[in-house]
Amino acid sequence: MELRLDAISHRYGDVEVLSDINLTIPEGQIVCIVGPSGCGKSTLLRFLGGLEAPDSGAVLQQGPQPPGCLNPLTYIFQDFALLPWRSVTGNIQLVLEDTNLSRSESRAIIDDVLARTRLTDFRDALPKQLSGGMKQRVAIARALAVTPAVMLMDEPLSALDSQTRELLMDDLISLWERAPFTAVYVTHNLAEAVRLGHRIVVLSRRPGTIQEVVEIDTPLAERRLGDPVLEAHQARLWQVMRDEAAAADAELADV
Amino acid sequence: MSDNSPRPVPYRGGGFRPVHIRGVGIATFVVLIALIEWGTRAGWISNLTLPRPSDVLITFGDLWQTGLLWAHLLPSLSRLIIGAAMGVSAGIAVGVLIGLFSLIRAGLVPLVAALFPIPKIALLPLFVIWFGIDEGSKYALIALGTFTPTVVSTYGAVDNVDRTLIRMGQSFGLSWWSIVRKIVLPGALPGILSGLRVSIAIGIILLVAAEMLGAQHGIGAYILEAGSLYDLERLFAGVVILSALGVLTSSGIAWVERRLLSWRV
Repeated sequence: MELRLDAISHRYGDVEVLSDINLTIPEGQIVCIVGPSGCGKSTLLRFLGGLEAPDSGAVLQQGPQPPGCLNPLTYIFQDFALLPWRSVTGNIQLVLEDTNLSRSESRAIIDDVLARTRLTDFRDALPKQLSGGMKQRVAIARALAVTPAVMLMDEPLSALDSQTRELLMDDLISLWERAPFTAVYVTHNLAEAVRLGHRIVVLSRRPGTIQEVVEIDTPLAERRLGDPVLEAHQARLWQVMRDEAAAADAELADV
Repeated sequence: MSDNSPRPVPYRGGGFRPVHIRGVGIATFVVLIALIEWGTRAGWISNLTLPRPSDVLITFGDLWQTGLLWAHLLPSLSRLIIGAAMGVSAGIAVGVLIGLFSLIRAGLVPLVAALFPIPKIALLPLFVIWFGIDEGSKYALIALGTFTPTVVSTYGAVDNVDRTLIRMGQSFGLSWWSIVRKIVLPGALPGILSGLRVSIAIGIILLVAAEMLGAQHGIGAYILEAGSLYDLERLFAGVVILSALGVLTSSGIAWVERRLLSWRV
């Protein structure tokens, strides 16, 4: 399934946060959205999944959903959003409870996603017992459980330390290699963007407009930490963003 | 001391963190009671100021043996349980509704704010007319007294449920009812339970007040009778029962919290 943003503009009160955004998220690709803080990238992601409605413009979905899809537009949140009173299994179970799956079907799904995220041994643990990286893997497992058409990831690795971030990026890449998924990945971290993005969209500071779209051809599996091509992309992206970020930093936050 | 000699960095952290210390709570009671016992025996506390703790204990023993303890305690307990159950369940229901619906919030929050500061005991004559002199008026008094604090703590607890969890539920397409049942209510439970401590303590106060104003049996009636005869031993025996009731409900809630809220960090 493909997602399209069509002339999206939005304001919070007097502040224009996004202005005339046109963007297509093609099937089977990871599109990274980067930009200075407060440029509206998270707002854009909320539009994509229908958690918020833009003032003008339209968000369109096109094409068939993957077979067995229970929730086409599925988020992965920065702060994991796990229910602290439910175990790992219970948290995944939650998103299957409102569907009309039989008990054995949902158990099969849970076993499958736990295995894919290497969490089988931790299925009965409570979130408070898990490390940050593990919590995010539970959230990824939960997202995989509903077989999404598009994954909407809102700075999924920002709450984690840099070692865990590397490990989880490898996890995401191997998940994508085994079964390519469509994803929109919002981040402020350019290193993540060049590692995971087939296409990187740079937003300007408020009001956010698309400043540049960079395509990276290197296959995900061949991207390594310190790859010169990626480093060059990252340096160029930083050049584009630098002045914007500095200016955004000097603005008063009033949203 | 020369400037070059190595000096240890002085420790200046620590403190400001409550730690669990066993036995001190009981020791406080023991020391206090022992002090009073000593004072009353030595004579520097006159027996009109405070009764001798050992006499209170003997009175308590009499109460137990004559069966009067249960004759007073059981009606009190049933009033408290029935009244508090009505008030608390209505309070939680209304509190959740206020937390979920802006219209109900706009309509009821001022009403609750108006009811809260009324000394409920002042309404007892009214309740006697409405619900009769018997148990009905006492239930109503305790129910109203526990209702308002429960409402306030419940809607506060619902307001404090992590909104990202609710957005998560919505983003996975959970139904409204599922979100309320599986995210809002469990998330509000810690706040609701800590509100219950306050509500039930208020319930005990109102129970005694109601029984003082019109009851044959009950801890309140017992204390009132003892008080009017200046029988300090019996008065204190009654007060001790009330304190024990307070400690008991508080530890009961603590037990429920440990059972239901073990997921808290």
